[in-house]
Amino acid sequence: MQDSPSNAIDLTSLLELVHKIGQESLAPYADSVDREARFPEEAFAALRAHKFLSAYVPVEYGGLGLNITQLSKICEVLGQYCASSAMIFAMHQIQVGCIVHHALGSEYFQAYARQMVEKQYLLASATTELGIGGDVRSSICAVKVTDGQFVLEKQAPVISYGAMADAILVTCRRAEDAPRSDQVQVLVSKKDYTLTQLAGWDTLGFRGTCSCGFTLNSKGDARQILPVPYAGIHSKTMHPFSHIVWGSLWLGLATDALNRARTAVRAEARKNPGVIPVSGTRLAEADIVLFSMRSGLHLALADYQRLLVEGDADAFSNFSFAIRINNLKISCSNLVVDIVSRAMLICGIAGYKNDSKLSLGRHLRDAFGASLMVNNDRILGQNATMQIGQRD
Amino acid sequence: MHTEQIRALVAQHARLSVNANDLTDDSDLYGAGLTSLTTVNLMLALEDHFNVEFTDKMLGRKTFGTIRSLSEAIEDLLNK
Repeated sequence: MQDSPSNAIDLTSLLELVHKIGQESLAPYADSVDREARFPEEAFAALRAHKFLSAYVPVEYGGLGLNITQLSKICEVLGQYCASSAMIFAMHQIQVGCIVHHALGSEYFQAYARQMVEKQYLLASATTELGIGGDVRSSICAVKVTDGQFVLEKQAPVISYGAMADAILVTCRRAEDAPRSDQVQVLVSKKDYTLTQLAGWDTLGFRGTCSCGFTLNSKGDARQILPVPYAGIHSKTMHPFSHIVWGSLWLGLATDALNRARTAVRAEARKNPGVIPVSGTRLAEADIVLFSMRSGLHLALADYQRLLVEGDADAFSNFSFAIRINNLKISCSNLVVDIVSRAMLICGIAGYKNDSKLSLGRHLRDAFGASLMVNNDRILGQNATMQIGQRD
Repeated sequence: MHTEQIRALVAQHARLSVNANDLTDDSDLYGAGLTSLTTVNLMLALEDHFNVEFTDKMLGRKTFGTIRSLSEAIEDLLNK
């Protein structure tokens, strides 16, 4: 059972496998993925081979049936080897989470869940829209249904790995006469859509996510529309799930930066046996920041998993829960930059160089993306409003 | 009941995509464009107008879903 704290997974051996995949199929390619801004094919071939793309699909549909805590741990481990690969993995799992939490009441999606396991589909997401800005709770485009078939067109400024995905979950208005906030989420399959590129993805970091902008033209069966309003999907899954799995992979990124810093400190200590170098003190300080990043994440994870197990839908639309999840996002995205910067000071020139084993260039560039994907200022503004509404 | 006063406050503060006068007492306000963030504006306006304070438990979709449910909530608060 998805939300059961005691499913039969042996997390230790599972994570050993994830580390092995990380070492063999992520780390050796991380630099070329970053340099060429290309999709990490090697990583996803390995993740597919081990059926990790359906890790969150319940066991009864053939998936691994991991819960959110276990899944987050995988994101964290992958983040230590290649943050772009980990980000794609995390974003995919968010889409799987939307289907698993909200659509398995429908026969269509029950069959789709089995197919996801068998074919190891990679799912992308089209939430933001030209003309709306980053407000994912509003849509301009609308799904048009006639005789059980739909058509849907969306101008999406960003669809991460859109060109490499097997299917995309698209948010849109429920109907042409629905207000902007009355949204549904629609699963569109690769054979039923065309993507026309609007914008490229030549960025500082997370270059391997290939998050180009597209005009999406799609059609399909009306049963591909998720059977519940997006409002509830957003508050129970899209919003908390995203910030938790993102926070987890950022934690992995920060952990790897400090591991590199530790290597530098050790080399320094070897030069003068018996003398603890200044960089060792800096490392001890940086580790406290990592500790607080990890603590915040664990707190939010425990909170979210408890609510999922309790199954009280109202709890997710509660302001205090939404504020806590937003706090997690803002806090983790700031701390990851702080930690990588501290690691840079410890590693010195070796960290600053692009061609050294201790290079932190990719880590630093990736880290800055964290506060921009769903901009922290937008989130802070929402929290300001909710603080006024919240009652203690 | 306070439905007419509430309807006027909804019109002014809820930033709906439809004319509030076209809403029945049982129309779904979220379906008409109310969002979790605009409920805060509406909540402040209602509290100010009726001189009440919503409890934490009332701050949810059940209370803010329709003009009727809002009216019942206000009635409860006024009778406390």
